[in-house]
Amino acid sequence: MAQAQIPQAGTEVPGDAHAADIGFPPFATETFAGQIIWLAITFVVLYTLLSKLVLPRLTGIIENRREIIAKDLDDAAAMKTRAEEAGVAYEKALAEARGRAQALAQETRGKLAAESDAKRKALEADLGSRLAEAEATITAKKNEAMSHVRGIAAETASAIVERITGQAPAPQAVEAALDRTKV
Amino acid sequence: MASPIEQFQVKPIIPIINFTNSSLFMIGSAALIVGGLLLATRNRSLIPGRAQSVAEILHDFVATTLTDTAGREGMKFFPFVFSLFMFVLTANLLGMMPGFFTVTSQIVVTFALALLVIGTVVIYGFVKHGFHFLGLFVPSGVPKWLLPFIVVIEIISFLSRPISLSLRLFANMLAGHIALKVFGGFVVSLGAAGIGFALLTPLPLLMAVAITALEFLVAGVQAYVFTVLTCIYLNDALHPGH
Repeated sequence: MAQAQIPQAGTEVPGDAHAADIGFPPFATETFAGQIIWLAITFVVLYTLLSKLVLPRLTGIIENRREIIAKDLDDAAAMKTRAEEAGVAYEKALAEARGRAQALAQETRGKLAAESDAKRKALEADLGSRLAEAEATITAKKNEAMSHVRGIAAETASAIVERITGQAPAPQAVEAALDRTKV
Repeated sequence: MASPIEQFQVKPIIPIINFTNSSLFMIGSAALIVGGLLLATRNRSLIPGRAQSVAEILHDFVATTLTDTAGREGMKFFPFVFSLFMFVLTANLLGMMPGFFTVTSQIVVTFALALLVIGTVVIYGFVKHGFHFLGLFVPSGVPKWLLPFIVVIEIISFLSRPISLSLRLFANMLAGHIALKVFGGFVVSLGAAGIGFALLTPLPLLMAVAITALEFLVAGVQAYVFTVLTCIYLNDALHPGH
């Protein structure tokens, strides 16, 4: 192979133009084998280095960027969802609190109403009992007073009789007279 | 004055192992690709800097080209297609430097790459689909009597793929570099031909500048075309029978 590579200057007629000497270089078949061998070596090495070293790195860079962008977008979407969820939870908590406040107010109002009702009832009962007591006292006083009326009448009668007759009647007679006049 | 085709001459550097200027620039391209990409991605930044952006754009560009033509399953060929694209692109662009050897202007190199692509398609097609892979040559919905002709045409078209794939890249790079050299040569020849002719030197110089710009475009476009066609052929291996 090596000797075929060398231009065959010796076989040409000496003194020819230089251009004629080299013929048409791309068709110089004696260079083909060497070029093919070196092309094969070069291309195999190039292919190996590119496919094992350069392209994985390049693809890695591009994929990595794509992944990061996708992840960022996912994160943003997740955060948006979380924010929306938080918003919903807040609304719910607010509604719950409002409900509880209302229930509490209702309860308090009911309790207060019941308390004042009870107080009023107790007061009414107290007043009623005092009224009844007072009425009883009045009745007793009245009865007592009425029981004194006979005594007063007897006294009055004996005083009148004494004034008229000048002498006190017998108490029995006054009693009898009172009995007779009793309505 | 050197001949315009002298730049395509393969010159031995270490003859004993067949190491030539062609080998040197193949290795140089590969080293530039691997070194450049490793350097660009060394920080693994989340927010890429300029160099890392370029690396990521190249990655996404090839990935999009591949998935657009061959679908999601095409991504299993991503390292292969990426290596091909980067190698052809770097070799093309490196060849644009004055005095540098253009690896892709060698028909044997482009043909070897094309055979690698077609070989991958055929081997993967048969391993994955077995006999069904031959359905590639039998389009559906063709009248029975027309089928033999169609199959012959499909086979010829399939066999011409590596030739067209390699010739396109080779011819573009070759023609561009010859044109550049020719117009550059005009500048020198006119300058040496006397004062009257020397006044005309700006014309081919402007042409050379314009062609240089065009060749940078061609270097990129041809690398892209090579990659897109590779993706289309790989799609045949992934989904034969359309």
